[in-house]
Amino acid sequence: MAHSGIDLLFQGQNFARFLQGFGVTLRVAVITLVIGGVLGVVLGALRTLNNRPLQVILRLYLEIFRIVPTVVLLFVVYYIVPQVFHLEMSGEMVAIVTFALWTGAEMSDIVRGALIAVPKHQVESAQALGLNRLQQFRYVLLPQALPVALPGTINLATRIIKTTSLLLMISVMDIVNVGQTLVEANGHKHPAFAFWVYGIMFIMYYILCAPLSWWAKRIEKQRLERSNG
Amino acid sequence: MDWTVIARSLPQFTAGFWLTLKLSAIGILGSLIVGALVSLAQYFKLPGLRQLATVYIEISRNTPLLVQLFFIYYGLPGLGVKLSATVSGVFGLMFLGGSYMAEAFTSGYNAISKGQLESGRALGLTNVQLARYVVVPQGLAASVPALAANVIFLIKETSIFTVIAIPELTNTALDLIGLYYRSNEYLFVLVVAYAIILIPLSVGLTWLERRVRYGTFGN
Amino acid sequence: MAEALLSVRHLEKAYQKNVILKDISFDVHKGEVVALLGRSGSGKSTLIRTLNGLEPFQKGELTFAGQTIVPNAATWLQLRQKIGMVFQSYDLFPNLTVLDNICLAPTKVAKRPRAQVAPEAKELLASVGLAEFAQRYPRQLSGGQKQRVAIVRALAMHPEMMLFDEVTASLDPEMVRGVLDMMVDLAKQDMTMIVVTHEMNFARQVADRILFLDDGLITADTTAEAFFTAPPTASAKEFLASMNF
Repeated sequence: MAHSGIDLLFQGQNFARFLQGFGVTLRVAVITLVIGGVLGVVLGALRTLNNRPLQVILRLYLEIFRIVPTVVLLFVVYYIVPQVFHLEMSGEMVAIVTFALWTGAEMSDIVRGALIAVPKHQVESAQALGLNRLQQFRYVLLPQALPVALPGTINLATRIIKTTSLLLMISVMDIVNVGQTLVEANGHKHPAFAFWVYGIMFIMYYILCAPLSWWAKRIEKQRLERSNG
Repeated sequence: MDWTVIARSLPQFTAGFWLTLKLSAIGILGSLIVGALVSLAQYFKLPGLRQLATVYIEISRNTPLLVQLFFIYYGLPGLGVKLSATVSGVFGLMFLGGSYMAEAFTSGYNAISKGQLESGRALGLTNVQLARYVVVPQGLAASVPALAANVIFLIKETSIFTVIAIPELTNTALDLIGLYYRSNEYLFVLVVAYAIILIPLSVGLTWLERRVRYGTFGN
Repeated sequence: MAEALLSVRHLEKAYQKNVILKDISFDVHKGEVVALLGRSGSGKSTLIRTLNGLEPFQKGELTFAGQTIVPNAATWLQLRQKIGMVFQSYDLFPNLTVLDNICLAPTKVAKRPRAQVAPEAKELLASVGLAEFAQRYPRQLSGGQKQRVAIVRALAMHPEMMLFDEVTASLDPEMVRGVLDMMVDLAKQDMTMIVVTHEMNFARQVADRILFLDDGLITADTTAEAFFTAPPTASAKEFLASMNF
């Protein structure tokens, strides 16, 4: 019976452990977003410069992270980095490094796209007014590029949150792993328990991602309406 | 890097390679069908179906494939629905991909200018005729770039099938690493295998985008 | 005078709280060319679009060929076969050849056999000097050529009346002549036409009547000659002075 399963969820420490897993998921996502975001802004700005070798290298970086599935990247960092750099890294650390590098690559493309979307004559007229390069960036480019980059960045944040579900694979006790453990401990007695655990997981991810998706959609719509006059 | 280790693993990787391709192909085809139906239900504002489509897209887009797979493979048996790992994988990919494809189609339809619709109406075309001769051909062409990006995305997502032990590429590599501890070799083959699938595909799709764009809109 | 082909009685249209058309009444007779003039924002484009069901209206009555128009989807679907319309932005279908653009509505809407429609379409194209473009795609045509094809596309339905909404407004100056010439020819063939335009010389020479719209109201309904020689209102006078022709 289905409701015999849901009771188990609130027995003993079960729900508290669930929330702990939720906390790990959230922590990894936030740290990834901050580090990857900063990396992406720097790389994205660099990609608008007229420097051929730099272009090629950064483009290659982006393409590698686009072609190789994130799961595979995760295991590459998990197995290779400790060997090559003789570093002991916790699972959470491995995940943050991988996800931040991937986020940086995706973010660089969003930032570059937003910067080149600002019409050239905007920069030229700023130059004509005597603004230096930093001032051009600060007062003309950035304010116009930010609204263009924002929806993509928010969507990237939801992708990061969803990607944290991979933490399970390198044995980090994230929300999915906690759920998995609970099911393994109780599932054989109550087959419906698994249904409720994964159902709750669905809801938790939905609660994290859906508001961000709505927000991204709303500001994108506003921006388009504004640019259409 | 030990090349004999790599050579000996090739039969397993070849099997994983074909399974990845096969499951991707079926899942993507299914996603396209689901996406087309869902986007049309939304475009024509079909009562009931349209709300259902919205709820589906919301859930599908805001949850990870891994959780979707666990729910289908481990959760549904609690309701008496038991599916094999492979079938769960394909259904999971279709569930995820359907909403991505639907949004790609929808953005294509929305890219059609109001003038195109009005001149079609002014000629006396019915809604169905308008869809068939104006909205669908132009909308499809406009959605090709997004559809192509989804194809690449979904192939990469099949790597997550490993969590329910479907012996595709990633699962093959992780299994071999578990058995023989040769992570460098097996991860190298794994990356190369994905590159063999995705690089030519991504080049081909870019070419297709250009062709379709020019063929339909001339720029 | 004979019965009007189109009569508009007390037409009113509001968009949310903005009243765009106020108590519009006029008649158009068979073979007549009526020019709708007015400043931008006066409501002339909205008015011509309501006559083809592209804009809904709240009050008033439209009669076409003696039949009162019940403004619902089915009626408009019927009527659009009899009322052709051409837009400022041409809006040829980019996914179809010129010939297919022209044949689409006659074959799919009017259900005529393509074997009958295609030769006629080619003839129409030839009559406006575009015979060799039949198999090309819209992207291979200039703006003026596209607009002439758009007119042919509407004519292929054998409409009883044609609506032109600023059809030359997007064209380069050297392209305008060809399109206007086509409309002059149509007028000579006694096509009933309602034309929204900024081409004052064209309106003066071709239109039988001028309707002048001012802030959603028809403030003048008179012959072209009278309108241009002695503008009936101060507003019309100002408008003509600003047009610089």
